[in-house]
Amino acid sequence: MANGVVGTKLPSGRSLIAADLFPSLERFAETAAISLAALAVSAILFGLFIFAVGKSPIELYGLMYTGGFGTWFSWQNTLQRAAPLLLTALCVAIPARLGLVVIGGEGALVLGGVATAAIAIPAQGAPPMIAIALMAAAGMMTGGLWIGFVGFLRHYRGVNETISSLLLAYIAIALMNHLVEGPLRDPASLNKPSTAAVGDAFMIGSMPGMDVHWGLAVGVVACVATWVLMERTTFGFAARITGGNIRAARLQGIPVGQLILVLTALAGAFAGLAGMIEVAAVHGRANASLIAGYGYTGILVSFLARHNPLAIIPVAILLGGISASGGLIQRRMGLPDATVLVLQGTLFVVILLSETFYGRWKFGALFGGDAR
Amino acid sequence: MSDTDIGLWAVPIAVLGGAIRVSTPFLFVSLGECITEKSGRINLGLEGTLVLGAISGYAVSYHAGSSWIGLLGAAVAGSLFGALHGWICKFPRVNDIAIGIALMMLGTGIAFFFGKPYIQPVAPRLPAIPLGFWSDVPQVEAALRVNVLFVIGILVAFALHWAFRNMRLGLIVRMTGDSADAARAMGYNVDRVRLLATIAGGAFAGIGGAYLSLYYPGSWTEGISSGQGLMAVALVIFARWNPLACFGAALLFGGAGALGPALQSVGVSEGYYLFYAAPYVLTLLIMVLTVSPGRTLAGAPGELSITK
Repeated sequence: MANGVVGTKLPSGRSLIAADLFPSLERFAETAAISLAALAVSAILFGLFIFAVGKSPIELYGLMYTGGFGTWFSWQNTLQRAAPLLLTALCVAIPARLGLVVIGGEGALVLGGVATAAIAIPAQGAPPMIAIALMAAAGMMTGGLWIGFVGFLRHYRGVNETISSLLLAYIAIALMNHLVEGPLRDPASLNKPSTAAVGDAFMIGSMPGMDVHWGLAVGVVACVATWVLMERTTFGFAARITGGNIRAARLQGIPVGQLILVLTALAGAFAGLAGMIEVAAVHGRANASLIAGYGYTGILVSFLARHNPLAIIPVAILLGGISASGGLIQRRMGLPDATVLVLQGTLFVVILLSETFYGRWKFGALFGGDAR
Repeated sequence: MSDTDIGLWAVPIAVLGGAIRVSTPFLFVSLGECITEKSGRINLGLEGTLVLGAISGYAVSYHAGSSWIGLLGAAVAGSLFGALHGWICKFPRVNDIAIGIALMMLGTGIAFFFGKPYIQPVAPRLPAIPLGFWSDVPQVEAALRVNVLFVIGILVAFALHWAFRNMRLGLIVRMTGDSADAARAMGYNVDRVRLLATIAGGAFAGIGGAYLSLYYPGSWTEGISSGQGLMAVALVIFARWNPLACFGAALLFGGAGALGPALQSVGVSEGYYLFYAAPYVLTLLIMVLTVSPGRTLAGAPGELSITK
């Protein structure tokens, strides 16, 4: 970007907005059109798949709507599931801005949940506000260290972050099993080894007027804050330059290594926070229920949202709704629970395939701007 | 029990036997990934292909009544998935690593979708060769019951090693992986070479999956694969894209995977779950030790995105 262009536009706020809005509207239109088309194509493909196994796609999509968005009850279920997805999607979206594909959010979530329980148990009797803050800090720190380590390995050792983060997710689950079966085990938990309960006093309650816990609000705030950080601060700008061209970033004197460490740690902290919320708002204790696949669905959410933190909010709600309707589809249509997984996989493949259409059609012409 | 009590010797023997048993899927997936990566593309989706191969192998074997036909079914399913990966990746701006993650999800989803009815029934299994017939010690005998696929895998490793050096086809694949421009200049269709290499890789991964469901552990469950497909990708990097080194690395990984059950069999239960993490820790450690920033690895295909 030429220095002069930015310089002349900066003093006058109004013209900056007007001049900036058009290209971004153009990009927005392109993104929206291609994403919606990809959604439609995957819905058709998945419908054909359901038809091929002898079930009615129309009934399936009808149930999906009823189970996810049909009633206030299903909306609450959907939002409850969207809450951790918002945070695990950020765990993918933030490193993606640096050009890194981190897919091990599940590990940070699981260990964040264990850390939450580990700090809540000895803190029994402490003022709830302080204890909950401590639990959140423990979850975020654990997750941050876990994914920050991935960033460290990437930058200082050259280890591919995709592979290392997924390996660390397996290690995290083994570690959780070890802790939950051994040192942290509540002797009373016989069938399903768990830690002791964090206690009712330390549970995060529901938001007023609904049966959805505060984790949803936390997730939405995290998405908005991340958007501001990445799009409206020089720090985020530096991150985007690093993702675009790491050599150029180095030449500009951007501390690439520190940036990678800080942002991967932040990404992991969000996934760890998701684990904390799952423990302190849903399960009440850390156990194998934490391995619910939120980390993996978060990858899909982030890619569907094209790693835009604001777009993550609607996409997480959409996918939360799809998974919320899974039970209904299983009961009414006799389809296996993996049906949702097949739909997610189809969606993922089609959305990645749709990447190839960006920049091919000139959406600018629709808005009277010159098509670049 | 007295004359067969071999005490702590049971651990290394069980690890050796386990290494042979556990390494076979690693061997097949890594050989497949080796072919794909040599052509300049990376298929992270082999984890999904492995699970898909496991269920198709099991289902076909059950219905056809023959484990060999099951194996063929697994190879076909794997190559179809490889073809999907290869086809999608030829489009511009499509990231091969991300597609791999997506196919991991899709492959597992399809396998679980169709796998439900096959959890109970028993399918014909693959035969084993009792190489330990000379020994009176049951542990040794058990350790040396080698599956046919293990032997085939070793032969394939040698054949690939030879083909990459001496056969026209092997040289074309390597050239495509090192420089797409050179391959284009020689008149080869880069996308087609990579598509075929990914199909071959998928077929091998499918066979690796069939080994899981048809020999060891030898039944179909949803937890049948625990990252073997992914570890195999790391294993190929460790093996420096050399098929023979892939064999050695697969044995090493198999041994690490067998450590937990071996210790449990002699009564060590402390930190039991931590030993299950051994293969993952080993993979990570090996990656940390063998790669380094700012330097391309010796033997790495020049077009490979993962080492750049």
